[in-house]
Amino acid sequence: MISAHVPGTSVVHRAPVGAKLLVLFALAVTVFVLERAPALGALFGVVALGYALARIPASRWLRTARALLLLAVFVFALQWWLLGAGTALVICLRLLTALAAANLFTLTTPVDEVVSAVERWASPLRRFGVRPESVGLLVGLTMQAVTALSGIAREVREAAKARGAERSVTAFAVPFLVRTLRHADELGEALAARGATER
Amino acid sequence: MSAPRASLPAADLARTVVFAAFIAVLGIFPGLYLGGSGVPIVIQNAGPVLAGAILGARRGTASVVLLLALVAMGLPLLSGGRGGLAPFIGPSGGFIFGWILAALVAGLIVQRAERPGLPVLALATTAGFLTQYLIGIPFLGAYTGDLGAAAVQSLVFLPGDAAKMAAVATIAAVVHRALPGTLTRPAVRGE
Repeated sequence: MISAHVPGTSVVHRAPVGAKLLVLFALAVTVFVLERAPALGALFGVVALGYALARIPASRWLRTARALLLLAVFVFALQWWLLGAGTALVICLRLLTALAAANLFTLTTPVDEVVSAVERWASPLRRFGVRPESVGLLVGLTMQAVTALSGIAREVREAAKARGAERSVTAFAVPFLVRTLRHADELGEALAARGATER
Repeated sequence: MSAPRASLPAADLARTVVFAAFIAVLGIFPGLYLGGSGVPIVIQNAGPVLAGAILGARRGTASVVLLLALVAMGLPLLSGGRGGLAPFIGPSGGFIFGWILAALVAGLIVQRAERPGLPVLALATTAGFLTQYLIGIPFLGAYTGDLGAAAVQSLVFLPGDAAKMAAVATIAAVVHRALPGTLTRPAVRGE
């Protein structure tokens, strides 16, 4: 499955999903509460330490850093103009710290681990008729649908181009949507035939 | 055949799943960072409005929630291949959470009409897009600590969103005409 995950065996990788989420949540709240640049800078240092601990390869964190830095420069320039340099620095540090931490979670946690964690957390809901194991099914079905629809989108775009209508939004969107809905009907029939929604 | 009375019939589930995928596919078009607020301009934010306008409030909202859940789990389904928890925490988080409400609002308005024509759809899509601002701007304001600045920065989305609004209303009207009954029930064939 496509995802941004980087495999590894570090402490950060091995930490339970729930614990990582709690830390991330606490960090996000702290970032919003802190209003002074030095404190925020220190917190950013802690997150950077997390990247080092997780031994994220340079190619990966450089890519993240480049995207974040570009964003930060833009944001800083505009906030400086609107609100002054001090506030701009605080906002940028908030942004960088929160985004870097959230990204670290995604880099170190494979999707199926999150799926099984969600299934585990949802199991108390079983008595209310929720079937936790359907989380994995939903993920799989949706990813399959993404692949199918990407193919349909490509075909529809080529068809529009063949008619010389590649600049028209409706010439692409309407057939794409109609075929999307038809695909949904087929999927619905297939699911019903397999009793996927029966109890 | 016995009446399909399950709480979540297969057809509803399929539509929800496929529309979540549809919104993800809209993300093939990468976002454009303009205006320096750290919130990109994307085509994808038309998806939730379209989902509500075509599937109705319940299934439309469910498809947006499903998509966002997959994104949060780490699948790169937001435009430009963004995924994970960062987009929710970042400055664009409010706009993304606003998608849920946008699908709900657009769906509720469309459902009120007997046969959704262009005027109703125009109203629904306008409300859907405005809802995104309603959540997105205060969230951005919490980031910058200045609600006014957040509102000013969000002005860059207006021209694009106005164009998307018109397109979504037109497209939804054509789709409803092509496939009547899409809103209320799946197109049952051979009945």
